[in-house]
Amino acid sequence: MRVRAQIGMVLNLDKCIGCHTCSVTCKNVWTSRDGVEYAWFNNVETKPGTGYPTDWENQSRWNGGWERTKRGKLQPKQGAKWRILANIFGNPDLPEIDDYYEPFDFDYDHLKSAPEMEAFPTARPRSKITGERMEKIVKGPNWEEILGGEFSKRSQDYNFEGIQKEIYGEYENTFMMYLPRLCEHCLNPTCVASCPSGAIYKREEDGIVLIDQEKCRGWRMCVSGCPYKKIYYNWESGKSEKCTFCYPRIESGNPTVCSETCVGRIRYLGVMLYDADKIEEAANAPETTDLYEAQLDVFLDPSDPEVIAAARRDGVPEDWITSAQVSPIWKMAMDWKIAFPLHPEYRTLPMVWYIPPLSPIQNAAEAGAIGIDGDMPDVRSLRIPVKYLANMLTAGDEEPVITALERMLAMRAYMRAKTVDGVIDEGIAERVGLTKNLIEDMYKIMAIADYEDRFVIPTTHRENVEDAYDLRGGCGFTDSNGCSTGITKGSMFGGRKKAAFTMPEGA
Amino acid sequence: MHNFLFGIYPYIATAVLLIGSIARYERDPFTWKSSSSQLLRRKQLIMGSVLFHVGILTIFGGHFVGLLTPIWIFDTLGVSHSAKQMLAIIAGGGAGILMLIGGSMLLHRRLFDPRIRKTSSFADIAILVLLMVQLLLGLGTILSSLQHLDGGEMTKFMAWAQGIATFEKNAADHISDVALVFKIHVALGLTILLLFPFTRLVHMLSVPLRYLTRPGYQIVRSRRQSTRGK
Repeated sequence: MRVRAQIGMVLNLDKCIGCHTCSVTCKNVWTSRDGVEYAWFNNVETKPGTGYPTDWENQSRWNGGWERTKRGKLQPKQGAKWRILANIFGNPDLPEIDDYYEPFDFDYDHLKSAPEMEAFPTARPRSKITGERMEKIVKGPNWEEILGGEFSKRSQDYNFEGIQKEIYGEYENTFMMYLPRLCEHCLNPTCVASCPSGAIYKREEDGIVLIDQEKCRGWRMCVSGCPYKKIYYNWESGKSEKCTFCYPRIESGNPTVCSETCVGRIRYLGVMLYDADKIEEAANAPETTDLYEAQLDVFLDPSDPEVIAAARRDGVPEDWITSAQVSPIWKMAMDWKIAFPLHPEYRTLPMVWYIPPLSPIQNAAEAGAIGIDGDMPDVRSLRIPVKYLANMLTAGDEEPVITALERMLAMRAYMRAKTVDGVIDEGIAERVGLTKNLIEDMYKIMAIADYEDRFVIPTTHRENVEDAYDLRGGCGFTDSNGCSTGITKGSMFGGRKKAAFTMPEGA
Repeated sequence: MHNFLFGIYPYIATAVLLIGSIARYERDPFTWKSSSSQLLRRKQLIMGSVLFHVGILTIFGGHFVGLLTPIWIFDTLGVSHSAKQMLAIIAGGGAGILMLIGGSMLLHRRLFDPRIRKTSSFADIAILVLLMVQLLLGLGTILSSLQHLDGGEMTKFMAWAQGIATFEKNAADHISDVALVFKIHVALGLTILLLFPFTRLVHMLSVPLRYLTRPGYQIVRSRRQSTRGK
């Protein structure tokens, strides 16, 4: 047993209202720079839909993630090391920027500088890459917002696998949910494995996956390696970039920007202890439907005295162990079993997990006729097909998803009985394999969702690894190149001057 | 002039190449990259880039081995001078054609695709043009070589290159009477070495061969380990 700690995240999709505050605050902090206008470290997709970049879930097209070879070996789906190197001159699996969208801005200046004319002046779009006029915008970062576009296009969604999807194109049967996405900070990341330069690494202390900007050579294998398409190539700097899990904030005990600003309070952050020795075996489970369970086995119970002793031996700080014991992530993933990894079949063992959303009863006319078990409707009569959620969260295995949805319904029924009828109905809890206390804790953490219940983040222990005296007068967080301020002065080696984006004449 | 270009300039060019590369790697590691533009335009890149790189690396390797391997090694192996010259012409010519096709695709893309043109620096365009001009000169020397297949000209260049490498006095004299096209080709080649550290060509020094010998796939960095034992 080799104990390591990681800050994990859970998103409660049942409460996501699709406001995109997470995406916008993230964008403002991290990717409001040249070359990454198109990149959204955090984005929110409307499902069913093909997402951003388009069709990202279709790994037979992009070859992201890992595969188990016929001989039972685990290797990146885009190929073993020699294969990746052979593709270094031209990566056949790399998306083009149009698969995301061509970034654009508008001629706002024209609104005030236009001469007097018959029609109102308009701000027309221009490409941020070439500065040329774009006559028609064909794609954006959230092109399918609230089921935008034809069903025939949106239903290319990979999660419809094994579902008779035609009926969901009918108005009466339409369903919808939001899926906020960010880097999964996987236990078995394919981006790290695919990087020929060895520039991407996972941090031992908190599990955050980062790209060393000075070591990155722009071979761009990580972009195709990541099945979630959460590594972005900065076409201006020629380096890859990714979600940093706001590590400067995490290190000081603050939640990530997306979590902090989430108005629906759907995001949770907490410590998970895991056994680094079990990762390879778990990621190489024979069947894809085994992967969810296999990942649960990698996690270590922070209340187990043996685990605590091993954690101390392996240098996990004391407050990280105590934080792990009250981690909301542990409760949701392990105690209540209501949170699931996104696409475990990619074999990356992701660490950003999702609570599936409840949805209205599929057909109101049938509301009286459908199976009602006590106060609870049958989860199979919910509008979002269970199979759809299972394809997204458990590689198609419906059982765990059904249990989770039933538990969430039970929590509602129990609390309704308690607060409306004034009855404590322990039977509801027992029927879904929970207890009264567990349900009340679920309610406190999931429904009330106080700040300190959502974010249990121990600070990093720099005092153990650095001498503060050596750091005095040093530079803080910089945009590479030593102590530069992030503004690269023109250098003889081709570092570019930063200049404001200027529109060509004749707007 | 001849003595400067072929006796002194080689040292200037290699000195700038070495010191410049080290300085850039140390001072400005953020700029050390391949500058791939595949994300912006896939068209013409994959085919063009593969042909270009296979061609240029073969040619580079051929020049390196061909010029700097002492002639007695070939003599010992029983490879006659004319046979070696034929090998150079055939292998170099073949690789040159691959590079010509690939490079033309890349140059066309760089100059005429608005996305690529707008995001190219002067150095990006200039170095590609220089490489293509150098390629055409190199292919031009084949025509001259075909006039004399005894390998005599070739051994002059070997003597010159090895003379430069061993700091021989008057090394430039070895090639004082070769055809003009050869001289231009050599001078431009030295210029490319001179410009090397200031262009994207530096990514050649970062061939990630260590990836193949890296144990396992994953990389974990620890702050604790970095200070362990201090």
